Amino acid sequence: MTTPYTEQFEAFSANGGGEGPSWLPALRKKAFERFHALGFPTTRDEDWHFTSVTPIAEKTFKSLKPAATTLTLSDLEPHLVDAEWNRLVFVNGRLEPALSQYGSLPADVQLAPLSELLREEPAWVETHLGSLAGFDKAAFTAMNTAFMQDGVVLRVPTGEVVDVPIHILHVTDEKAQGGAIHPRLLIVAEALAQVMLVESFVGLDSASYLVNAVAEVVVGNGARVDHYKVQRESRDAYHVGTTQVVQGRDSIYHSFSYAAGGSLSRTNVYTKLAGTGGEARLNGLYVLDGAQHADHQTFVEHIAESCASRELYCGVLDGQSHGVFNGKVFVDPQAQKTDGKQTNKALLLSPQARVDTKPQLEIFADDVKCTHGATVGRIDEMALFYLKSRGIGAESARALLTYAFAAEALETIEIDALRLDLERQVFERFTHSQLV
Amino acid sequence: MLTITNLHASAGSKEILKGISLTVKAGEVHAIMGPNGSGKSTLAQVIAGHPGYDVTSGSIEYEGQDLLELDAEERAQQGVFLAFQYPVEIPGVTNAYFLRAAYNEIRKAHGEEEADPIEFLDIMEEKLKLVEMDASMMQRSVNAGFSGGEKKRNEILQMAVLAPKLAVLDETDSGLDIDALRIVAEGVNKLKRPTNATIVVTHYQRLLNYIIPDHVHVLAGGKIVKSGGKELAHELEAKGYDWLLEPAGV
Repeated sequence: MTTPYTEQFEAFSANGGGEGPSWLPALRKKAFERFHALGFPTTRDEDWHFTSVTPIAEKTFKSLKPAATTLTLSDLEPHLVDAEWNRLVFVNGRLEPALSQYGSLPADVQLAPLSELLREEPAWVETHLGSLAGFDKAAFTAMNTAFMQDGVVLRVPTGEVVDVPIHILHVTDEKAQGGAIHPRLLIVAEALAQVMLVESFVGLDSASYLVNAVAEVVVGNGARVDHYKVQRESRDAYHVGTTQVVQGRDSIYHSFSYAAGGSLSRTNVYTKLAGTGGEARLNGLYVLDGAQHADHQTFVEHIAESCASRELYCGVLDGQSHGVFNGKVFVDPQAQKTDGKQTNKALLLSPQARVDTKPQLEIFADDVKCTHGATVGRIDEMALFYLKSRGIGAESARALLTYAFAAEALETIEIDALRLDLERQVFERFTHSQLV
Repeated sequence: MLTITNLHASAGSKEILKGISLTVKAGEVHAIMGPNGSGKSTLAQVIAGHPGYDVTSGSIEYEGQDLLELDAEERAQQGVFLAFQYPVEIPGVTNAYFLRAAYNEIRKAHGEEEADPIEFLDIMEEKLKLVEMDASMMQRSVNAGFSGGEKKRNEILQMAVLAPKLAVLDETDSGLDIDALRIVAEGVNKLKRPTNATIVVTHYQRLLNYIIPDHVHVLAGGKIVKSGGKELAHELEAKGYDWLLEPAGV
């Protein structure tokens, strides 16, 4: 299954992939060898028990040829969330400077293509790149590390507070057909720094392609990173994304994953609470219909004491769709006074829709508070009757209650513009009318 | 307006209403009182079309139509309104959106034009005053995080906006302090017209000090065991329900 990629990797190494500081081609080579040895995961693999990646494994996705895009800002307008934000726009995996804007950041904040930083500060990049996202057991991360091209580096220096969100928008169009894109993101928020980042993945046309993204996030002591991900890939696309975070003392990492696109998607959010008093909040909403499959896996490693983790994942499933939530919490013997809470809720709109939930708690400290709860339900009959008793027809009432279910997860989004944008999208998806 | 004849209704295999007959005319206020478990709330919900109850025999005629033939939403569109004992919370949907959606569904059913958000705001302004609610309540999610009093006032606000012909208030007084009770009752009184009717379902006489009924019925064991004028409510307040239950064999 990975064999067809050997040729691609050799071609890539000879043309572009060999560039950069000398450690980089070595890292790629090691990653590719690991990818080749591991192969794509199967459902015999515990981490992939409910998600078969056979549709990805049996295809061979090509490297996309660099091609100038004909897309204009007006094509992207519905996906910008807020046109004022600093943003980097990638089309079919390639950075489009003409569609990007990032001039208004504080001077000491670095937001730059990975290629640029590799030229200017190779030693700094070497310290971080690949330091969190290990690929020893992760085939997709290995594949990304071998093939990553244009990536993004965001470095917020000590004490700097960036108060306007930064948007990284990955767009695909019909030219992505049959291709693989391996976006890479590195965020380093140094001590007491604060930054909000939105990553969007949007498929404009009905192309079939693979996006295999990896993000590494370092949240320094007393720093805060709000990291939002919006996955609206084409309905024929495959999306695998892994975010690997390490948090320092008294740091805050908030993540939100919205997954509504793709035929098959897998989102991993892994954080390590490595310093005392850290807080991780991992939330998400997936909205599926037809034959869509979306899998979320979270892993919170409580290494240090007095850290808190909160997780709320909600799913709305229609048609024959399949949702998976696997939330792992590990509490190290050192991590006394851990406070962990995990909640997973799914709303099934059709008898064929299915959800698999697997909370996993591994607790090795004795003075901890860890809870998890999962509910799977259908529309509440009493609420339905309430709306109908006000003259609202059964179909509209169901749509409104479905929206209300999803809105609970969206309410946790602290960036107003993003929350309103997603509320509007979800509302329109369920009610086919406008939210005013 | 409403003629209930020998109504029997069950929830699952349990018969709750065991032959209720009641006639309500336009302009009247009827109070339905009774001990817990007598079937008061069931009667209110059966009138509104709750799907959890099966009407096994009897009939309800409303404005010349067979009410039992209509779905809950059709009943609402024809002017039937139920103020819930436990209003449902709908997080994520604003009161403003919900009320306008309901208002427009009812207008549509009458072949009238829908109100846009701006027109609707004007309509709301006056209705909010009626129940002494602040306009900011319109931007909050329906009943979510509302106090008991706010929920009940919100029910009366909905009643004011939807202007029903037949309003059924199910234990609207439960959980209300005296100020909220007064506001709710005054709201109901201001909405009273010669062309509409109100059924007040309550355990206590308290609410009936504010909303004066023309007729009082005592429900026990799924049947009306006594009917009378407003003085019957005072008698119940003084004597409780027991004196009525034994002669009725329940």
